[in-house]
Amino acid sequence: MQSVRGLRAGVVAANPSLPLYRSPPPLEVRLEDFELFALDRLRVLKAISDALSRGKKPEEVEKLVSDLWKLHMRLPQASESLNKDVISHFVLRLVYCRTEDLRKWFLSLETTLFRYRFKLENADSQKALLTEFNLPYKAVPNAEFEIVKEKLEQVARSIGSPLSSAETIFYKVPFEEVPELVAGRKVYISRGNAYVAMNQVVSLVVTQFRSYLSKALILTNRKWTSSVRDQEKDRLTPIVEALSTSYVGPDYSQARESTEVSLKDIDHAANSSFPLCMRHLYAKLKEDHHLKHAGRMQLGLFLKGVGLKLDDALAFWRAEFSQKVGAERFEKEYAYNIRHNYGKEGKRIDYTPHSCQRIISATPGVGDHHGCPFRHFSEENLRAALGQMGVSNRAMEDVIDKAKNRHYQVACTLTFEAIHSSSCDRGINHPNQYFIDSQKILQSKLSITPPCNTSN
Amino acid sequence: MMVILPSSSSSHRRASQGSVSKDHCPASLGVRKRLVYNDGAKRLFLRSRFGFGTGRLLVRGYMGQGGAVNECEDMVVEGNELDVPGRKYGIPPAPTDGFDPNHLRVYYGKLFPHSDMFKWLSYGNDGKHPGCDQTYFGRREFSFTLDNDIYLRFQSFSSLPDMEASIKQKCPFKIDLGPIYSVDPSKRHAYAKSGDNVFTPVERELIFDIDITDYDDVRYCCSGADVCLDCWPLMTVAIKVIDRALRDDFGFNHILWVYSGRRGVHCWVCDAKARRLSDEQRSSIADYFRVYKGNENGLNKVSFVGAALHPFLVRSYSEVLREYFEEVLLLKQSILSSEDKYEKVLEMIPDKSVAAELRGRWQGKQRSQGSKEDINVVRWQQLKSLLQSGRFKGQGLRRTVEEIIFSFTYPRIDMEVSKHMNHLLKAPFCVHPKTGRVCVPIDPNNCEQFDPTTVPTLAMLMEEINMAGSREEPYDVNGTSLGKEVIYFRMSFLQPLLKSCKEEIENSYNTRLQQSKNSLTW
Repeated sequence: MQSVRGLRAGVVAANPSLPLYRSPPPLEVRLEDFELFALDRLRVLKAISDALSRGKKPEEVEKLVSDLWKLHMRLPQASESLNKDVISHFVLRLVYCRTEDLRKWFLSLETTLFRYRFKLENADSQKALLTEFNLPYKAVPNAEFEIVKEKLEQVARSIGSPLSSAETIFYKVPFEEVPELVAGRKVYISRGNAYVAMNQVVSLVVTQFRSYLSKALILTNRKWTSSVRDQEKDRLTPIVEALSTSYVGPDYSQARESTEVSLKDIDHAANSSFPLCMRHLYAKLKEDHHLKHAGRMQLGLFLKGVGLKLDDALAFWRAEFSQKVGAERFEKEYAYNIRHNYGKEGKRIDYTPHSCQRIISATPGVGDHHGCPFRHFSEENLRAALGQMGVSNRAMEDVIDKAKNRHYQVACTLTFEAIHSSSCDRGINHPNQYFIDSQKILQSKLSITPPCNTSN
Repeated sequence: MMVILPSSSSSHRRASQGSVSKDHCPASLGVRKRLVYNDGAKRLFLRSRFGFGTGRLLVRGYMGQGGAVNECEDMVVEGNELDVPGRKYGIPPAPTDGFDPNHLRVYYGKLFPHSDMFKWLSYGNDGKHPGCDQTYFGRREFSFTLDNDIYLRFQSFSSLPDMEASIKQKCPFKIDLGPIYSVDPSKRHAYAKSGDNVFTPVERELIFDIDITDYDDVRYCCSGADVCLDCWPLMTVAIKVIDRALRDDFGFNHILWVYSGRRGVHCWVCDAKARRLSDEQRSSIADYFRVYKGNENGLNKVSFVGAALHPFLVRSYSEVLREYFEEVLLLKQSILSSEDKYEKVLEMIPDKSVAAELRGRWQGKQRSQGSKEDINVVRWQQLKSLLQSGRFKGQGLRRTVEEIIFSFTYPRIDMEVSKHMNHLLKAPFCVHPKTGRVCVPIDPNNCEQFDPTTVPTLAMLMEEINMAGSREEPYDVNGTSLGKEVIYFRMSFLQPLLKSCKEEIENSYNTRLQQSKNSLTW
């Protein structure tokens, strides 16, 4: 194999569309690409993770992988796409090698990604990949095939995927290499060899991939802790350390024209399109005519993302707060902060609305109403709140279950789906995303008469 | 040198003590047996298990620690303990459960095949070939269970004399074998649990444990720890099915089946490939053998969906299960003879109307009229023809007959035993403390002949030794009924295994030599 490798430049695999990430690419990468490529790949991985934890069926995940890969990772030139693929993988290796949990997550997701991408390849491409893996597996010669054919057909029928007459390619593999298939009695075994169908070869290949990546991650970690982390502490290390916790969605800091919301619309919008966290804050604001600082930040920035202009925002908060503290105190103590949020004061940073990740990690104290209700509400309160939003009993159980298992964003997504009677494939990662998606659905419902489901 | 006078009345033997040295430990008159030593001459005075009687049993002192037997005085063991003048200590009768711990000492001294066990567990690494791994045997974990339930784990021995001495000295009630570790288990504390310098299993036989109590829901003759010739065929079936699969499907050759001493069988797969299997691979083999999908209403549920059965299941069914069910177990267990028994079977039929029709025919009838055939056979025929008649359409019915047969006969292995490399398992040739039976090998090719009720017991063997001694014959294992078991172990299992191990050691040694030669010549 070594001499063959020498012939190839760098690591470009024989199969151009699905690399094996055997060694880091001998390419120069721009610093921005270093981060951006990794972020794009992370989007795909997180979406897969989301889909799996929501119990999506394999066919759905397969489609998701195909769509997302095209969306985030494709570039005009095939070679560019390949480079992005390889670079992003290796960058994420650095990011996710650093603790046992990170390694587990990355290994699991990359293996799953690889499995689906492999399945999406055509047969020739799969065969080529098999050779790439240097698996010492022989295709079963015709003569032998005829002898064991009946048994192979029996096995195929027993697992519900009978052989078509065209399927005559089987691989002979020592049974130790395919434990999953042996355990499920999905292969015919004789004299220590398992006869693996072409479509089962995926299992073979994925096991190899996984085992290789697992070892590579440990090595990467060693290298990282022993040398790279310090060498790169001014350049790559901060990027790497930030990547594992970053939010990878849009930041919603600039509200789009189409979603501008005016003062009078807020009330209606709150009832129909606000996520639970914002509904709660809004309701409490209406009730108490006051919110503590963190609550003001969370709701205020959200409203900015929703499209509330500064003047309208001032009017909104003034209307509420002056009922408690009076107009004068409002101007003195609160108005400044609101303008600050819009970047009109002080550092003039246009603050971005908080993502779910940030909101979930907040720790509300007594008298606080910010944070993620799926995390902090008692079950009773959660049920009551969901009921008020219009979540059906059946969906409610799912939502509660997810919340109990600390899948807060999944719970919110299920809530969204229940209320809007349509599915939300991407999952909720940002309150403003919830709002926008909700508005989209409602508007499309309005524009179609009679109203019908816009679920996909 | 041992002289035993045959008793005049063979059914009663008297046990009493003859000359006693002053360093004697007093024997209690109570229930517990006590090992009695004379430290000076290292003699052990045996107590007969046969209680009091009128015969005489002369027992010579025995040398405990290997080495030559001393000239020691013969002891006349006879008469009522209180009658013999000079007798200070009584000898209580042996416990009736067939196991006398005192006899263990003789067993380990004379009968236990230390050398064969050592040869087995060394797998050819006996130091004679330069390619041998000298540390191999020493990295094996042994575990001893002593009297009073004292449990010694992580024992290891560097050589045969080392192991033999320890066994003879400690007289364990049970010896368990563990895996070969990366380093000597007794030095394990010096090594970490993870990282580079680990203490971890590196080799272990692939093992299976089948216990007849796992079949309690389908055997009516005994329950719990008992076993008899009416239910033992279940073990025969298990051996046949699994042995065949291990050889034909998985390609293993060096397989040892052992009677567990009471109510089950153990299987040791000793091929090099088997010893090197990971936990995951062992799990996959155990799952390959698994058919029961769990428990429903106390019944082990077998459910065959799918258009066909896997060839392994088909072969097991057609070669073993069907025949044993219809020709052996149906009768021995009277599976359909009474209402509660046949209801159990009727419950397995997914179509209630079929069950109802059969129930109608069987209810209230003790004997099938006018038929000389066994009622179970008749009813089974009725059940089969009804299900196969085609009168009842139902997907679930297609495999009901197979499902029933599998439920009653298919092997039930203990999954946990097979899955993990570090699982301990009792060594062959141990004596079971509750039954006194020796854990003898079972020949899978003749397993239907195996009779657990005639397996040699410790007491029997002691008897045989005494008899041999009295006839001035050598009283070692060859003179006893254990002899043929050891010979079987040696010839059928050990020799082929060692031959294969030696070949492997030579080959890998030669390969290494060749490689180093190649790297030297550019």
